[in-house]
Amino acid sequence: MKKTINILLSLAFALSLASTVEAKRGSDGQLNLLYWQAPSTMNPNLSGGTKELEAASVVLEPFARYDENGGLVPFLAEEIPTVANGGISKDLTTITWKIKKGIKWSDGSALTADDAVFTYGYCSNPDTGCTQANYWNDIKSVTAVNSTTVKVEFTVPKPFPYAPFVGYNAPILQKAQFDGCAGAKAQECTKQNFYPIGTGPFKVVDFKPNDVIVFEANPNYRDASKPAFSKLVFKGGGDAVSAARAVLETGEMDYAWNLQVEPEILVTMEKAGKGKVVSAFGTSVERLMVNFTNPDSSLGDDRSEYIGGNNNRNPHPFLSDYNVRRALSLAIDRQVLVDAGYGKAGKISCNVLPAPAIYASSANDECKTPNVAEANRLLDAAGWKRGSDGVRAKDGVRISILYQTSTNSVRQATQAFIKEMWKQIGVETELRNLSASVFFGGDIASPDTYQKFYTDIEMYTNNFSGTDPQTYMSNWTCKEMAQRSNKWGGGNMPRWCNPAYDALSAKLAVTSAMKARISLTKAMNDLLMQDYAMIPLIHRGSVSAHSNGISGVRMNPWDSELWNIADWARK
Amino acid sequence: MIHFIIRRILIAIPTLLVISFIIFAILDLAPNDPTGNLPMTVPAEVREKIRESLGLGQPMHVRFGKWMVQFFVNEPLNILQEGFGITIGDAENRTRILSWATRSPVVDLIIQRTPQTLWVVGLSYLFGILIAIPIGIISAYKQYSWFDQVGTFITMVGFSIPTFFTGMVAIIIFSVQLRWFPMIYDTTLEINSWENFVLQVKQMFMPVAVLALYNASQLSRFMRASILDNLNLDYVRTARAKGRSEKVVLLIHVLRNSLIPVVTLIALGIPTIFSGAIITEQIFRVNGLGQLLIIAIEGADIPLVQTLTFLFAVLIVVFNLIADVIYGILDPRIRYD
Repeated sequence: MKKTINILLSLAFALSLASTVEAKRGSDGQLNLLYWQAPSTMNPNLSGGTKELEAASVVLEPFARYDENGGLVPFLAEEIPTVANGGISKDLTTITWKIKKGIKWSDGSALTADDAVFTYGYCSNPDTGCTQANYWNDIKSVTAVNSTTVKVEFTVPKPFPYAPFVGYNAPILQKAQFDGCAGAKAQECTKQNFYPIGTGPFKVVDFKPNDVIVFEANPNYRDASKPAFSKLVFKGGGDAVSAARAVLETGEMDYAWNLQVEPEILVTMEKAGKGKVVSAFGTSVERLMVNFTNPDSSLGDDRSEYIGGNNNRNPHPFLSDYNVRRALSLAIDRQVLVDAGYGKAGKISCNVLPAPAIYASSANDECKTPNVAEANRLLDAAGWKRGSDGVRAKDGVRISILYQTSTNSVRQATQAFIKEMWKQIGVETELRNLSASVFFGGDIASPDTYQKFYTDIEMYTNNFSGTDPQTYMSNWTCKEMAQRSNKWGGGNMPRWCNPAYDALSAKLAVTSAMKARISLTKAMNDLLMQDYAMIPLIHRGSVSAHSNGISGVRMNPWDSELWNIADWARK
Repeated sequence: MIHFIIRRILIAIPTLLVISFIIFAILDLAPNDPTGNLPMTVPAEVREKIRESLGLGQPMHVRFGKWMVQFFVNEPLNILQEGFGITIGDAENRTRILSWATRSPVVDLIIQRTPQTLWVVGLSYLFGILIAIPIGIISAYKQYSWFDQVGTFITMVGFSIPTFFTGMVAIIIFSVQLRWFPMIYDTTLEINSWENFVLQVKQMFMPVAVLALYNASQLSRFMRASILDNLNLDYVRTARAKGRSEKVVLLIHVLRNSLIPVVTLIALGIPTIFSGAIITEQIFRVNGLGQLLIIAIEGADIPLVQTLTFLFAVLIVVFNLIADVIYGILDPRIRYD
């Protein structure tokens, strides 16, 4: 009896083994991805946006990637360096990466530390015009200790040194291929930029700019059983609605990215039963920026300029009043905005930093439920009286807001809703929208950029990549205020200046213990929120769809959505 | 005639130079920025460096001069080199017009995309003509008959409903409901077997049909009007009086005379084939020139927009000339000298 059980068990074991061994490279045929914005290059260092980073991520790999929870996973590295395992020096100024054994480029040559050193040189060369240059900040040197060990030395202590060689923004290029392409020549290396050699699960076979990319499984990929697909077609172009339709209704495509579509349309399409809508929430928050300075055009060059050290001597006529800012936030019914414009792609947010979850504060949840009565009471108490036209005023100053954002149907709907909500508290709103390439364009000569902020309120989404909020949170320190002197280059659009905040920011930059970092960051978020320097509206997620026949999709807000494409398979 | 053509070509040169400058100036004045579409996480200093690496730091006249040299000297030389496999002069250091978004030569992008546009938009133009002429003839000959009424109705619908709407309707009916045709144009398809040819025909059907309807609607109205004008003229009465059959009167006498304005119209419309049907290409994801132009405009890819727009301007000037010449050949009463 025992023997038969043993035999049965071993049989079962053999069977289960067989089913795992069965997965073979290229056994599942072709995978079709649809990105409605078409990639224009395969070199992430010269890319215009996420679409290129995503495309490049199936070929080029970094030492480590983020998983869907924001945790670091070693890709080309043996392990994640930490202070505990000696990978990061005690003074937090160096990090040492060890390359996994036996990693090969798709052309068969070995990946060495020299490739990593070259990648740093390539992107940090000012003539390259590297779009990812901020991932290589504060680096003193990158050196190859030996052929498999790379040491990165920073000029300042880095409590979170995982920017270079981590994530889809900073993957490793092959030195042999890109050798002549650093600096000004980067623009002319078309062949290299279109057909980069990588270590990832796929290699580029055909690149048609702004249209389609054809990949084949990389024969030298480190896991002999992966990827499951022999061919990958990355089609670009068109619009988001028809991209959703191609996956959810006709089933022509297996995966569609970034479906910014009216929520009810997606729900209807999903009912066809061919695919699934998936979403992931990163750090994107749609927020209202409150102007603390006076944007009056009669001020000429001084409009929206912060004048005076710690005391704002050019204050906004009514937004400098705390009660007005708070009332504006209280009057907004954020759930309405989510339901109308975002659906699965949005959640109410009362924080400018809602993620990663460990950093999310719960101190500001007042905003979750709108309270028009309280808003009205605040304004009454502060002396803002309704005039005959229903608009509140005090000492001849009417609360009449000019509210700008970029042109986009969801944003215009949000604007219209908020205008109505503010009307209920006696606030008049004039709406304005500008083409995204102008609004976000940063042209110093244009008065309509979000940096110049020549209006009272403006709305857009901001976020940071990776999981460490230190740099992002330093955006709202006094020295970051966007103004004439720094050619509006700072990140502090509200022109909000608070020495207490600056002190927290400085402390965060030298603190490495995780617990302390979390409490400092939360305190910073709460300062911003409780002074209403910004009014957060919606925590925005990204929405994609995959067909029911594909397994292994783990939607990732912290890295490429295709970060684990090697594990995808057909069911 | 030869004199006339030479004179026109000589006039065309300064015209095109002025056009190229106007295009350049308009694009330069537009408040657009190639780094505008970058994620917000890219800081301002990095954006500034990117702009410099694209050559945006130089003054406008320098950039315009550079573009002129690249377009009129370097690119033609490059085409000669590629065509004959030879090296002319200092080929290594000759800069080509590079697109800002793809960092690849603009001319290569245009060459890559021209065939799709010619096939899809060109075929729809051809089918449009083939449909429009007989409809126009019958509608005019049997004016106010039921055929004319139905034809007028359909052409009015085809003419007034925009192609992005008919395109969407076609996708929903034929792709989503009936599953007859794919909604995504597979640009990697190579026609190397009978099966692939069928696939190619299938995927071209919807965009070609949508555009052909639009083109046919326009042309058939002109055709009808032109025939109506001629049917009442004296020479038609003479032909009938001579005892010519109605078939001969209509198809030999009337048709030849009425085609004169229509042929020039068709010639004038050919540049629009090259500029592509921007919206239709976008809807069906055909990687043609129209789609290239719209992506370039959205991404503020100025060199690409500049070059494409200028090429379209050249085509329009050239086909204007051709239309004039054809007019002269078809109608002996018109002489330019």
